[in-house]
Amino acid sequence: MASKLNLDQNKVNRARAAARQVALDTQAFIDQHTTVTVERAVCRLLLIDGVNEVGVPLPNVVVDHLLDKGLLPYGAAYALGNAMAETGLTPQEIAEAVDKGELDLSKVAPHSLDEIKAAIEPTARASVERIRQNVARRNEYLSAYGDKEGPYLYVIVATGNIYEDIVQAKAAARQGADVIAVIRTTGQSLLDYVPYGATTEGFGGTYATQENFRLMRAALDEVGAEEHRYIRLCNYCSGLCMPEIAAMGALERLDVMLNDALYGILFRDINMQRTLIDQSFSRRINAFAGVIINTGEDNYLTTADAVEEAHTVLASQFLNEQFALCAGLPEEQQGLGHAFEIDPARENGFLYELAQAQMAREIFPKAPLKYMPPTKFMTGNIFRGHVQDALFNMVTILTGQKIHLLGMMTEAIHTPFMSDRALSIENARYVFNTMKDLGEEMTFKPDGIMAHRADEVLTKAADLLEKIEHDGLFATLERGTFADIKRMRDGGKGLGGVVLRSEGYYNPFLSLLAGGAK
Amino acid sequence: MSGGLYDMSVKSFDRTLDLTRIKAYGDTMNDGKVQLSFTLPVKDDEKGMEAARQLARKMGIEEPNVAGAVKLDEDFTFYVVYGSCIHTVDYEHIEVKTVESSVMSMEEVNEYIRSHFGRKLVFVGASTGTDAHTVGIDAIMNRKGFAGHYGLERYEMIEAYNLGAQVENEEFVRKAVALNADVLLVSQTVTQKDVHIQNMTELIELLEAEGLRSRFVVICGGARITHELAKELGFDAGFGPRKFAEDVASFAVEELTRRGLDR
Repeated sequence: MASKLNLDQNKVNRARAAARQVALDTQAFIDQHTTVTVERAVCRLLLIDGVNEVGVPLPNVVVDHLLDKGLLPYGAAYALGNAMAETGLTPQEIAEAVDKGELDLSKVAPHSLDEIKAAIEPTARASVERIRQNVARRNEYLSAYGDKEGPYLYVIVATGNIYEDIVQAKAAARQGADVIAVIRTTGQSLLDYVPYGATTEGFGGTYATQENFRLMRAALDEVGAEEHRYIRLCNYCSGLCMPEIAAMGALERLDVMLNDALYGILFRDINMQRTLIDQSFSRRINAFAGVIINTGEDNYLTTADAVEEAHTVLASQFLNEQFALCAGLPEEQQGLGHAFEIDPARENGFLYELAQAQMAREIFPKAPLKYMPPTKFMTGNIFRGHVQDALFNMVTILTGQKIHLLGMMTEAIHTPFMSDRALSIENARYVFNTMKDLGEEMTFKPDGIMAHRADEVLTKAADLLEKIEHDGLFATLERGTFADIKRMRDGGKGLGGVVLRSEGYYNPFLSLLAGGAK
Repeated sequence: MSGGLYDMSVKSFDRTLDLTRIKAYGDTMNDGKVQLSFTLPVKDDEKGMEAARQLARKMGIEEPNVAGAVKLDEDFTFYVVYGSCIHTVDYEHIEVKTVESSVMSMEEVNEYIRSHFGRKLVFVGASTGTDAHTVGIDAIMNRKGFAGHYGLERYEMIEAYNLGAQVENEEFVRKAVALNADVLLVSQTVTQKDVHIQNMTELIELLEAEGLRSRFVVICGGARITHELAKELGFDAGFGPRKFAEDVASFAVEELTRRGLDR
């Protein structure tokens, strides 16, 4: 594809090489550590599920026990495999016994690593097989119905009640939505456990639980069969439980996951060591499960200025790309994020938006880019808001964005009504249809406003990435380079859950999940 | 569905403006014209449209015109309705509580603090409770501010601490004391099921229980916050949409003076 913006490929290469080095340096740190949620994800992949009588999830019971006994540096699989070799119990039975105080995993007679592997690998392989079958099932649907050409229409449901969410989601799917995202309840990202069961109470969203995932998946398969389209399901693989949510999503066939390497650090004040370790394992799971991840660069622009800070979005996209590749997640599953957030009052603001979107398209040609609608400059004036959303729709169809998060004219007023969603879908379909091939017809002036804008953003991003490569990622985050937010290496939430791996660390899924399911 | 582009009906109503009995305005004084839209959980057919008309009449809409009906799902239909609202409002006798302070510019606020206090004032802000949204507190506090209005971090005479989101009330108060705050700013974005009311009430109760209420000027803000609600909950002021750092700062410094906390 010839560049419409005359992008300087040398600068692109320079930026990518710097991001690669930052990711590799950080990966060396990641590979020496594990976290409580990484190990709980291992428990979940070993099909430990349920809660005890005071409502604590059994994966937490097991991992807290291991942390308490000083066994976590070896990995949950090591202790569980050892107990399986000794007792012949399943992981679930072991978890229940630990919960009742009948089993102390530090007092089980030690077995050799070969015996441990022999005991645990059949269970691990069965679980991986279940995920492989989910991938096969998705591919069967997609080959039976065909996949959508052009942008996926992505809408959210956020009632707080999974059953009400299902009503809304089915209606949205019938109206033409391709991806349904169930917004999480506010505050879940900071819970160091995943709630259990079907839930009907939430604020601004619905709890992400494995049962809620299952219920929504079944509902979307049902409406997909009626519509003869595969409806993708999206949730949030972020916060303090990234890898666990990834495991749950893989087991229940979610298709899209919000999953950013830096977002939790910046916007939820989660400790940077914790998030970087967590994102790596979560992405390994997502990679295998064929999940498209969505990164959160759009959020930078809700706090920082969309014109002045556009290069930090691009720099973060490069970093997310390289972290994802380190975790084995291919470009085709990287829904790198950006947003239409320039002040509508700015002269030629639309040209800047168009230039930035086209730039992202050209720099990440295989990535199913996620494009976010205006939010920061949406006011209570719904009529102007609908026009802003129409302009946003134009950028998507002109530049080939893939995951198109529909803007709602009632943004900043309330979570979407059923009618808001229908009007947004109608708006997007109108624009996408009437301008379908306009992008192909357009070229930009080689020395025009847009080419200059793209070059300026790319140059600043490449310079920034080289500086990050020089200073290191941790120091960069401490300086407040992204979204104007400063975070300390030892600050934030969840640091207590970071554990240095011992020499004998064992996690069967690191190798079982490598290489993908296809 | 509509009666045509031009309204040929004879306008028999009184077209004089009476501020004790104002009506909604379309294109003629006292025509009462309103537009509204809503969804009904019914099929898109004649019966559904009649249901929409009946609902509009119950809202006080005369001669409701269902201009649009859009099927959203098998049993959900979206209606756009126009009509004349019969209700009137006595505008003359409305009393509204608004924040009573003149709004100073950033430089004027700095100068005011220099002359009245002779030291930097400490503002501590957060989005409290389970609220994960920082957009409100960031708009007021971040150096860049919002829509061309610089945030408090840029004010030379203000030491601004933005604690971010999901700060528990206890933690917020503890930090406020530790930082020797003069002004507390609380942002609430999520208002579903009135979670913000409960959370804001809790903060005031906590401050009162600790005997700290009079020590701070306590201000809240958010898209759904009004000054009246804020006063009702025991805050000194509340700021809704279209208010910026200078509105908040101006009120706070004058309130500190009113309390005799200047030098």
